[in-house]
Amino acid sequence: MLELSQLTRRFGGPGGRTVLDRVDLRLEAGEYVAIVGESGVGKSTLLNLVAGLDRPDGGTVKLSGTDLSTLDDDGLTRWRRDRLGFVFQAFHVLPHLTLAQNVALPLWLQGQQDASSMRAASEMLAAVGLAGREAGWPRELSGGELQRVAIARALVHKPRLVLADEPTGNLDPHRAGQVLALLRERVRAAGAIGILVTHSHEAAATADRVLRLTGDALVPVTNTQ
Amino acid sequence: MRRALAPVFLGSLGARRLTTLLSILAIALGIALGVAVQVIHDAALDEFDHGMRTLSGEADLQIVGPRGGFDDALFETVALRPEVAAASPLLEVDARLFGDERSLRLIGVDVFRLGEVQPALMPQPGEGQGRLVTLTPDSVFLSPGAMQALGLALGGTLTLQAGLEPLALKVAGGVPGMAGQQVAVMDIDAVQRHFGLRGRLSRIDLRLREGLGLAAGREALAPLMPAGVQLLAPETARAQAAGLSRSYRVNLTMLAVIALVTGGFLVFSTQALSVVRRRTEFAFLRAIGLARGELMRWLLAEGAIVGVVGGLAGVALGYGLAAAALKLLGGDLGAGYFAGISPRLAFEPAVAAVFLVLGVLAGMAGAWLPAREAAEVSPALALKAGGDATGLAGARRHPGWAVGAAALAAVACLAPAWQGIPVGGYVAVALLLAAGVFVLPQLAANLSALLAPLRAVPIALARARLAAVPGHVVVAGAGVLASAALAVAMAIMVASFRDSVDDWLARILPAELYVRGARAGSSGYFDAAAQARIAGTPGVARADFIRHDTVRLSADHPPVMLIARSLSPDGRELPLVGRQVKTSSPVWISEAVADLFGYAPGDTLRLPLAGSPHDFVVAGVWRDYARQSGAIMIPIERYRALSGDPLANDAALHLADGETASAVAARLRERFGAQTLELAQAGEIRAVSLRIFDRTFAVTYLLEAVAVVIGLFGVAASFAALAAARRREFGMLRHIGLTRRQVGLMLATEGALTAGAGALGGLAVGGAISLVLIEVVNRQSFHWSMDIRIPFASLAIFCLTLVLLAALAAVLAGRQAMRQEAVMAVKEDW
Repeated sequence: MLELSQLTRRFGGPGGRTVLDRVDLRLEAGEYVAIVGESGVGKSTLLNLVAGLDRPDGGTVKLSGTDLSTLDDDGLTRWRRDRLGFVFQAFHVLPHLTLAQNVALPLWLQGQQDASSMRAASEMLAAVGLAGREAGWPRELSGGELQRVAIARALVHKPRLVLADEPTGNLDPHRAGQVLALLRERVRAAGAIGILVTHSHEAAATADRVLRLTGDALVPVTNTQ
Repeated sequence: MRRALAPVFLGSLGARRLTTLLSILAIALGIALGVAVQVIHDAALDEFDHGMRTLSGEADLQIVGPRGGFDDALFETVALRPEVAAASPLLEVDARLFGDERSLRLIGVDVFRLGEVQPALMPQPGEGQGRLVTLTPDSVFLSPGAMQALGLALGGTLTLQAGLEPLALKVAGGVPGMAGQQVAVMDIDAVQRHFGLRGRLSRIDLRLREGLGLAAGREALAPLMPAGVQLLAPETARAQAAGLSRSYRVNLTMLAVIALVTGGFLVFSTQALSVVRRRTEFAFLRAIGLARGELMRWLLAEGAIVGVVGGLAGVALGYGLAAAALKLLGGDLGAGYFAGISPRLAFEPAVAAVFLVLGVLAGMAGAWLPAREAAEVSPALALKAGGDATGLAGARRHPGWAVGAAALAAVACLAPAWQGIPVGGYVAVALLLAAGVFVLPQLAANLSALLAPLRAVPIALARARLAAVPGHVVVAGAGVLASAALAVAMAIMVASFRDSVDDWLARILPAELYVRGARAGSSGYFDAAAQARIAGTPGVARADFIRHDTVRLSADHPPVMLIARSLSPDGRELPLVGRQVKTSSPVWISEAVADLFGYAPGDTLRLPLAGSPHDFVVAGVWRDYARQSGAIMIPIERYRALSGDPLANDAALHLADGETASAVAARLRERFGAQTLELAQAGEIRAVSLRIFDRTFAVTYLLEAVAVVIGLFGVAASFAALAAARRREFGMLRHIGLTRRQVGLMLATEGALTAGAGALGGLAVGGAISLVLIEVVNRQSFHWSMDIRIPFASLAIFCLTLVLLAALAAVLAGRQAMRQEAVMAVKEDW
C-alpha cells in the first residue's frame, strides 16, 4: 500500500512558492491511477517525492509501511532499487548496452548473477513483444519499441510501485495507445501499484482512476472501468 | 562494486573511442618516456657498477688520488703495515689510440700483487708466449670487449699515443676476467715509463688483515695518506661515480612526469565532458537504485582502465624506445657519463609495475573531479534538465586558491636539495600549475570583458556561455594551460641556457686556435720541449698552456677538476659571477664547487698539490657549464712552482697580426705530424658545442610539441563532446535564425577565449616555472647559473598560433553537431 499523508513541498525558502500543500493519497496493491494537471501544478514534484528523489517540507510518504523520511540517501537508493520501477518520457535506454542488458540493469543493481538476470530480461522482452531482440541495439529501434524496452526494464525486478512520467510524450497517438495498454497490462500482471503522470486525457483514460492535482489535493476525475 | 554493471560504464569508454584512445595515448607517452629513461640508466648503471666491482675485486679499501696520480712511495709504506694483508698498486691511463679519436682504459698492474686483490685483472699470456711476457714493456693484454672493439687479435699491434709520440705494443694475451669491459692491462712499470708517469700511482687496492674491521683499518691507515689522497671503501667510489648522472636522470624522468601530468589533464577533460554528456544517464541510474558512492567508484574505474591500458602500452613502448635509444645514443643518452661500456637491456618487473601504477594514478586523478561532480548531481534535477551541457558550472572562480598555491610555490623554492635532487623545485612547478588552473575562469572572464564592445550576437552568446559555465573553461583550458606552460617554461629556460653557454664559450675561448695532445684521454700531453716548439711556430704571437688534473677536496665528493692556465691577477679572463676578492694567492672556483663544498669568495681553500697541502684564497666564482662536479682555476705559474709538473694538455694560441688560423694549423701539423695533434679554431669549437647543445635539447622540443598537440586534442575533445551535448541549443539557435556560419563564429569565439585564457595563464605560469627551473632546479641539480633571456617574438607567435588552432579545433569539433538538421535537433523538446 502507498500512503501519502499531508505531503507539502515549497520552493524558494520562507515566503517562497508552495507547490504541494498537504496532499493525501492512498493506493492499494494492483491499483493503476493517472494523475493529471496543468503545467507547473506540481506533478513532477509529486512524483519525485513519491520516488524519494526529493524530500518533502511536510508530511510523509509510506510504501508497504516504510516511511521514506526515516531513510538516508543510501537507504532511499536501496529502497528505489528494490521497490520501484520507472518509465520516462525520454526512454533513457542506454545506447551502449544491448536491449537485454538495458532490461537487466535493475537486476544487476540488485546483485543478481548475469545468467539469471539475462534470462529474466529475455522473458520480459518477450512479454513486451520484443522476443528474439535481446542482442539488438537501441539505435535499431523505433520510439515505441524503445518505450517497450523501458517498460520491460521498469518491471523486470517485480517492483511494488511503478512510476510513469509522460511515457508517451515522444510517441505518435497510435504507438502511444499500444504502449499505454501494454504498461497497464504489465503493471496489473505484476500486481504492483501504478502511477501514470500525464497531461494527456487520452493517456489518463487508460488508468483505473484519474486524479487531478490542484496543488492542495488530488481530486478524482472519473472512473474508467 | 557490482561486476555485472561493468558494461554500463566500460561500454561508454568503447562508445567514445577517439577520446578514449587519445587519453590512452597521452598516458602511454608519459609512461613510455619515464620507463625508457629509467631502464636505460638502470642498464647503464648495472653495467658500470659491475665493471667497478670487477675492477675493485676483493679490495676492502682503495687508496685514490688525483688524475695525475700520487707518489708510489706510499705503496711501500702501506703494504708493510701490519693491518694490510695484501696491497696491489694500479696506474690507470685513459690512452688515446694513435691517429684515432677513440681512447682505451689502460691499467698498469703488478702481476705479483694482483692475484690476491684483483684476480679479474690478471693478464693471461697467449699460446706460446711464456709467463714472463706479462713483464715485458712492449706487451699489452686486452679484454675480450677491447679485442672486439679494436678489431685486434693475439699477436696484433696496438698503437697508442704517449705524449706526442706513437707507442706500438704487441697484443700478447687477454684479460678473460674483464669480459664485458673494454680495458687493456700491462705491466705497471712499463706504463710509468711510457706515459711520463715515473714514480706515480693512481690507485692502491688493499685487503685488510683477517679479523680487522673496516673502521679500524681505515683509522690506522688514514693518517698515512698525503694531502689529496684518500682512503675509500669501493662502494663509496662506485656511489660517487653513479651519483654523477643522478641529476641528469632525475631531470629526464621529471620531463616524463610532466608528459604524464599532461596526459592526466587530457583524461580529466575527456572524463569531465563525458560526465556532462551522461548526466541524465547517471541521474536515471541513480533513480533506479545506483548508490552515489558506487557511481563515483565506477567512474574512477573508467579512469583507472584508461590508465592501465595506457600504462601497459607505455611500458611496452618504453622498452622499445629504450632499445632504440641504447643503440643510437648509448647508456647515458649521449650525455657522456658512461663511456666505454655496453649496457644490455633487461626487463625490470618492479620498474614496469611502478610506472603502471603511475599510469593508473594519472587516469584516476584525471577522473576524480568529474566523478565527484557526477555523484553529487541531484537525479531529480538532472532528469528534468535533460542532457544539456550545463554541468561543471560549480567550478567557480578561485583567485584566492591561486594566490595560496603561488605563495606555497615560493616557499617550496626555498627548500634545499634532497640528496642532490631539487624536490622543492618540482613541488613548486606542480603548485604553479595548480595556481594557473585555479585562475583560469577569472582570466577567461577578463578576456571576455575585453570583447564587450563587440555587439555581434554570436560573440555575445559565446561571452554569456563562458560567464555562465566557468567550469567549461577549466575543463577545456586546463590542458592548454598545462601544455603552454610547459612549452613556455622550456623555451625560456633553453633560450637562457643557450645564450649563457654562447657567452660562456666566447669568454672561455679567447684565443684563435686551440691545440690538444688528445681530445679524449690523458695519454697525450706536451712536455717542455713540445711547448717550446709550439710557442716557436711561425705565426704564433703568444701560446698559453693549460694543464688539467683532478683534486680530491673531500672523501664525500667525486674529484674536482683542477685547471692551471695563464690568468690575470683579477681573473678577468674568466666568466665571473658575484663578488670578487683581491688576494696574492688566488684560485677561482666554479659555481659547483661553491655549492657542493660551501666555499665563498674570501674563504681559504686548501689544495693538495704533489702530496702537500697549500692554502689559497677564493678570489671569485666562475660559471662553468662543462664540469658538474666542480672545477678550480689556478694560475699556471703557481701550479708549476708548487707541483713541479711541467706538462700541459692544451695550448691556446693567439696569432700574430695578419696570420690565419688555418695557416698556423698547417705549420703545426707539419712540425708534429698530422696524426698527433688535435687542432680547432675557437669558432669551430663554439659551433660544435652549440650543435651538441641543440641536439641535447632536441628531445625537449619534441616533448613540447607533443604537449601542445595533447593540449589541442584536449580542446578538440572538449568542444566535440560539448557540441554533441549542445545539439538542442544549436537547433534552437538555428530555429530562431542564426546561420550555420554564426553558430560557427560563436564556437570559434568560445574556443579562442578558452584557449586564450589557457595561453595567457600558460605564459604567466610558464614564465614562473622557467624561473624555478633556472634558479632552483638547474642550480641544485647541476650547480650552474644562467642569465635569463625571454624569446618574446617566438612566444607571442606560439601563443597566437595556439589560440587560432584552438578556435579552429572548436569549430571543427562543433561542425558535426551543426550539420544536424535543426528540426531534428529540437525534436526531443516537442
